[in-house]
Amino acid sequence: MTAPATSAFSAEQLTDVRRLQALYPDPRGALLPVLHMAQDTFGHLSLEVEEYVAGLFNLSPAHVHEVVTFYTLFFREARGRHVVAVCHNLSCHLAGAPAIVAHLKQRLGIDVGETTADGTITLQSVECLCACEHAPMMQVDDRYEIGLTPEKVDRILEGLG
Amino acid sequence: MMSEKILTRNFGRIDSHTLTAYLETGGYAAWQRAQAMEPAAITEEVKQSNLRGLGGAGFPTGTKWSFIPKNHAGPVYLVINADEGEPGTFKDRYLLEREPHALIEGMLIAARAIRSATGFVYIRGEYVEPWRKFSAAVREAYDAGYLGKGFDVVVHRGAGAYICGEETGLISSLEGKKGWPKVKPPFPAIKGAFGMPTIVNNVETICHVPHIVNRGAAWFAALGTKTQGGTRIFSVSGRVRKPGIYEASVAITLRQLIDELAGGVAGNGRLKAVVPGGSSAPILRSDEIDVTMDVDGLRNAGTMAGSAGVIVMDETVSIPEALMVVARFYAHESCGQCTPCRESTGWIYKMCHRIVEGHGRKDDLDKILDVAKRGAGTTICAFYDGAVGPYISYIEKFRAEFEALIPK
Repeated sequence: MTAPATSAFSAEQLTDVRRLQALYPDPRGALLPVLHMAQDTFGHLSLEVEEYVAGLFNLSPAHVHEVVTFYTLFFREARGRHVVAVCHNLSCHLAGAPAIVAHLKQRLGIDVGETTADGTITLQSVECLCACEHAPMMQVDDRYEIGLTPEKVDRILEGLG
Repeated sequence: MMSEKILTRNFGRIDSHTLTAYLETGGYAAWQRAQAMEPAAITEEVKQSNLRGLGGAGFPTGTKWSFIPKNHAGPVYLVINADEGEPGTFKDRYLLEREPHALIEGMLIAARAIRSATGFVYIRGEYVEPWRKFSAAVREAYDAGYLGKGFDVVVHRGAGAYICGEETGLISSLEGKKGWPKVKPPFPAIKGAFGMPTIVNNVETICHVPHIVNRGAAWFAALGTKTQGGTRIFSVSGRVRKPGIYEASVAITLRQLIDELAGGVAGNGRLKAVVPGGSSAPILRSDEIDVTMDVDGLRNAGTMAGSAGVIVMDETVSIPEALMVVARFYAHESCGQCTPCRESTGWIYKMCHRIVEGHGRKDDLDKILDVAKRGAGTTICAFYDGAVGPYISYIEKFRAEFEALIPK
C-alpha cells in the first residue's frame, strides 16, 4: 500500500479524532488510537504521516516519532497487503514454531522481516501472542491461526489474495 | 472442589459474552448490592476475601484500593490491565471474549470503592477479537444503563510492547507516550494516570469482585489458602496432553494441575521441568512440583505464581535452547530505559545463543550468573528481575546440560 501524496484524514475521520481526544483527561491519551487510525488509512506511518498526526495533537513530530518507533504494531515502511506474524516464544517453540517459520520462508521465498516481491505478504517472527494452548500459532492480519502444520499454513496462504 | 468454576462457569455457553446470558446467570446483582454499600465497606470486603492481584505481582487487592488518598478532591482513575503478554499466559483473552460483563460489573464495584468516575481498559493491540467482543459488551452496558450514570469506560488499544503490562509503563502508554515505566514513589495510587490517583488492576482480579460481593469475603477466602483466597485460571501449555485453561483453587498443587487437569505430561511422558507462573517465574525441576499454586506457596518454593502461566517440559526438551528462546524475548522487550537491563538482556541472549550453537566459552555460564545477580534490583521496574529469574534458575538447576554444549 502506498500513502497518498498528501496524507490527511477525511472530515468524518477528523470528527472521530476529536471524539477520541475528548475521551481522555489529556487529549494526548488518544495518540495511540489515532495512530492506529492513521495506519489503517494510509497503510503505514511515514514521517509525513507522523508530522500530520503531531499537528492534530499539538505535539512535536519528534514525540510522535518516538512513540511510533517504540511499538511493534506500527509500521514505518510499506508492508504487504497481509502481515503473517508467527509466534516464536517458548510454548510455540516447544510445539515446532521453528519448522513453521522455516516452511514460510521457503514457501514465500523471503526472510523474516521481508515482504514478497508482489507486495502480498510481510513475514514476521514475533513474541508471545498468548494463545499458547493452540501452539504453534500465528497472527494473520486481525486473525489468530492456531494449531499450525505446514499443510495448514499452505491452505492459509492460498486464501490470502 | 479443586476445579470449581466461578469465573469460567459460563464458558460452555456460546452466548456467554452477551448481556442476556450474563443476566440469566445472576449478572449485575452484585452491582445492585454494592450500590447500597459504603465505598469503604466494599474495600473492606475485598480485603477480607484475601483476593490478590492475578496479573503477576500478587499484591492484596483491597489493600491496594485503600492507598487512594481519602482527602483527594479531583478525579481518580481505575485502569484495567488487559495487556496480557507474559509468555505462557492466555486467561484474560478468554475473560474478555467470553465473560466481558463480569469485568464491567467488577469495574463498577471497584470504581465505587475508590470513588472513580472513569475507567480505562488497556487491551494489547494484537488482541483484535477480544477488543471487539469487549467493546460490544461495553456498548450493551451503556444501552442498558449500567454505564454512563456516574461511571464511564474507555476501551484503549495498545500497539505491541510487553513492557506496557508493567503498571507504570501502561500508564505512560495510556498518556500517549512510549511505554517507559516510571520511578516509584510516587505510586500510582498517589500519582498515576494523567497525574491523578490511579488503581491498576488485572482483568481476572476484577472479574472476581462481583462474586465476592455476592457470596461474601468468607466464602471466597475459604476457597484458597490462608493468605490467598479464591480460584484462579491457570493457563497450561507446552508438553501436556490437554493444554488449555483450568480454573481451580489456588491451593491446588502443581502436580495435580498437570496430572489431573491437564491430562499429564506429553512428549516422552516423563517430566523434566515446569515454569509455574509465566516465563519470568524461576523454573522448577520435576521433583519440585508438590507445591501449592498460591502466591506464598510458590514464593516459598523459590519461584513465583506470577500470571499462572504454566509451561511444561518433558525430558526431550533442551533446557539451554529453552533459555535461549526466553532470553531472546527479554532482549527484544527490554524498553531500553535502564542500562543494566538494556545491556544485560542483549548480551545474555547473545551468550545463550552461542552456547546453543556450540560456540560457548568456558566462563560464559559464570559470567551470565554474575551479570544477572548484580543487575537484579538496580532498575526502575521489575522487568529485569523477571528476566533474572529464568537466567539463574535454568543454569543453576540444569548446569550440566549447558556445560555439555560448551567446547572443552
